[in-house]
Amino acid sequence: MNKIRSGGQIIWESLMHEGVEVVFGLPGGAILPTYDALAKYEYPIHHVLVTHEQGAAHMADGYARATGKVGVCIATSGPGATNLITGLATAYMDSTPIVAITGQVPTSLLGRDGFQEADVQGISLPVTKHNYLITDIHDLPMAIKEAFYIARTGRPGPVLIDVCKDVQQAEMEFEYPATIHLPGYNPNMNAPDPQAVQRAARLLNEAKKPVIVAGQGVSIARAEQELRELAEKAQIPVATSLLGIGTFPATHPLSISWGGMHGEAYCNYALQECDVLLAVGARLDDRLTGAFETFAPKAKIIHVDLDPAEMGKNLTIDTPVVGDALLTLRALLPLVEPNEHPAWLEQIAAWKQETGYRDILAQETDELVAPYVMRALWHATQGDCTVVTDVGQHQMWEAQYFHHVKRRSLLTSGGLGTMGYALPAAIGAQVGLPDEEVWVVAGDGGFQMTMPELSTVVQERLPLKIAIINNGYLGMVRQWQDVFYNKRHAGTPLFNPDFVKIAEAYGIPARSVTAKDEVYEAIQEAQAYRGPFLLDFQVEEFTNVYPMVAPGKSNADMIRRPLSHNLEAGE
Amino acid sequence: MTTNGSLKRHTMIAWMEDKPGVLNRVAGLFRRRNFNIESLAVGHSETPGISRMTFVVRGTDRDMRQVQTQLNKLVNVTAIQDVTYEPTVVREMALIKVTATNENRADIIQLASIFRASIVDVDLESLIIQVVGPEDRVNSLIGLLQNFGIQEMVRTGRVAMVRGARTEAAGINGETAVSAHPHHKNGQY
Ligand SMILES: Cc1ncc(C[n+]2csc(CCOP(=O)(O)OP(=O)(O)O)c2C)c(N)n1
Repeated sequence: MNKIRSGGQIIWESLMHEGVEVVFGLPGGAILPTYDALAKYEYPIHHVLVTHEQGAAHMADGYARATGKVGVCIATSGPGATNLITGLATAYMDSTPIVAITGQVPTSLLGRDGFQEADVQGISLPVTKHNYLITDIHDLPMAIKEAFYIARTGRPGPVLIDVCKDVQQAEMEFEYPATIHLPGYNPNMNAPDPQAVQRAARLLNEAKKPVIVAGQGVSIARAEQELRELAEKAQIPVATSLLGIGTFPATHPLSISWGGMHGEAYCNYALQECDVLLAVGARLDDRLTGAFETFAPKAKIIHVDLDPAEMGKNLTIDTPVVGDALLTLRALLPLVEPNEHPAWLEQIAAWKQETGYRDILAQETDELVAPYVMRALWHATQGDCTVVTDVGQHQMWEAQYFHHVKRRSLLTSGGLGTMGYALPAAIGAQVGLPDEEVWVVAGDGGFQMTMPELSTVVQERLPLKIAIINNGYLGMVRQWQDVFYNKRHAGTPLFNPDFVKIAEAYGIPARSVTAKDEVYEAIQEAQAYRGPFLLDFQVEEFTNVYPMVAPGKSNADMIRRPLSHNLEAGE
Repeated sequence: MTTNGSLKRHTMIAWMEDKPGVLNRVAGLFRRRNFNIESLAVGHSETPGISRMTFVVRGTDRDMRQVQTQLNKLVNVTAIQDVTYEPTVVREMALIKVTATNENRADIIQLASIFRASIVDVDLESLIIQVVGPEDRVNSLIGLLQNFGIQEMVRTGRVAMVRGARTEAAGINGETAVSAHPHHKNGQY
């Protein structure tokens, strides 16, 4: 049997060995031999052509987050590869498994500043979990095998393989390796230390005011059920991080929503007052904690995370537990005693009620405010959809007013905060979950950063629903200018196109919504349409997100929404 | 607290696969956290394919634990150990080219012999002195030789080895020497 294969063939056949069904990319000279092999040998892998490589990386990211599989993107050398970098950095910060394959100039031209040469291994080094430069075809199969293994195991992350053009053209006898030898990489040491688990259980059993903070690690480990059992058994209220949204049903009586800079006020009160805090699979980054030394000042903190480097990185931890969220929660469950905490839960309920009074939706106004759209979207979809948000005010409102109950039903760029993420990531999610109702929720600013991917939506015939929250500003930055820079709006008013016409130019039906009473019906129209649909919600311009914790300040010093009927306009 | 403890020079040993770019990965990690590497020495270890690096960095104990766990995450790094508080043999080598004349050559040679340094090259107008020892000994010799005029100098930077039999020795057969969760057994982070 002839097993002689070119490097290009080896790439596709290796991807097939890894179970890859779809890749997102855009060709160019240095990756052409690989693209040619796809056409010539008709490998059963679907290639989604993108309009910009940043989109390819975000699509791989959205695909991976939605399906739990490794997302794959592909680009040419130089500018193709550098265009991927924002997407890789986004994935790296949020621990998304991606394998990126890039073409590189031929080995004979390496380091000579030839056409479209960039040191992609060097550039991607700090934003990938690992990366490779392949200059010899014999290293190619193992690199691909390792890349997938590294991307999906342990704390997941993006891995890049830079393949010289002549390697793609060279030939060798190909066999996909069966085993891996990575002496410096041991992702399987993930059972927690039993003593640490016991200490954690003792703290939880003694706690009067316990709180759990669940992060994305819970969903990566598929530990949602165990989380819920633990919370219910000991009646511990559960907050999430932004990326942890969906790990615990937001409608559950023990849910205290999510905390941090724009988290719910009552959640932040609970975090500041608790006496034991169990963080599971959450990084405890500054957006959640506020100024590190002011966070949860009365609490003994138990930190469960797979990554030992997270232990004590930001906070002083009383009981670090290095371990997989699922294994750790399973070990904790029998040791944690049934409990009630009635006084504590009552206190939280009172805070929650107070938060409710200040809610913008409790204020009487005819104006169409963005939170109203989010709430309507939640009602219309009954939460049974996947929402992919962009970055800004709308992202925070989505997280506040759409009560996620389904695992992985919110995909958002939390760590890097990448504007332009929503549309391409939603494309990836929809490709991975063709039967799912997928919504893009984006600001008018961020949407325009990757708007050309609308052609990818049409090309792939994806029934994506798109909601633009159009306030005519780079809203979140405008909000900071309102609060910290004396309302000097430098560089934040937007000059927008007519989004309805834009959509129509791509052949996507669209409609603009300007009044409250049209919102629900417009959403239903989009839902009913068998294909992509765009809604341009023209919302009140000056509404800001509350609560708000100033950067570097304590969560105890939240700026609350003023108790008045006035919106923030002109105050 | 984010930076508890006082600044201190730490000596770390890292074992890593001998592959292109590994040094870059390690250096990048320090650069990103704005740590200045004071010295760094790399070479082969006893295990084929595994290099051994000794480096000296200034930071708090907590910083160094962070560096250690982050370095451990690098796929090509097989082990890492902070030997600052271990009993170690620490050595450095320097080659020093000193201006020498007929009048002072003997003085220089005598000085070198007090430091158990050797003369490895002799020229009419200069000498090259090779000294091996703990850094403070190397420093003192350099200080004295400055009186004669140092034309050129090179130092290897610190290399270190823990005394006694090898215990949780590192880098062999690819086992990660320091457990993947150093320090998590006790103490606060
Ligand atoms: C790529 C990128 N550039 C800049 C920023 C800084 N930034 C954060 S939020 C924001 C405003 C977003 O405006 P828009 O997309 O209209 O959403 P809104 O806040 O109005 O909901 C900006 C510019 C960012 N997060 N990402």
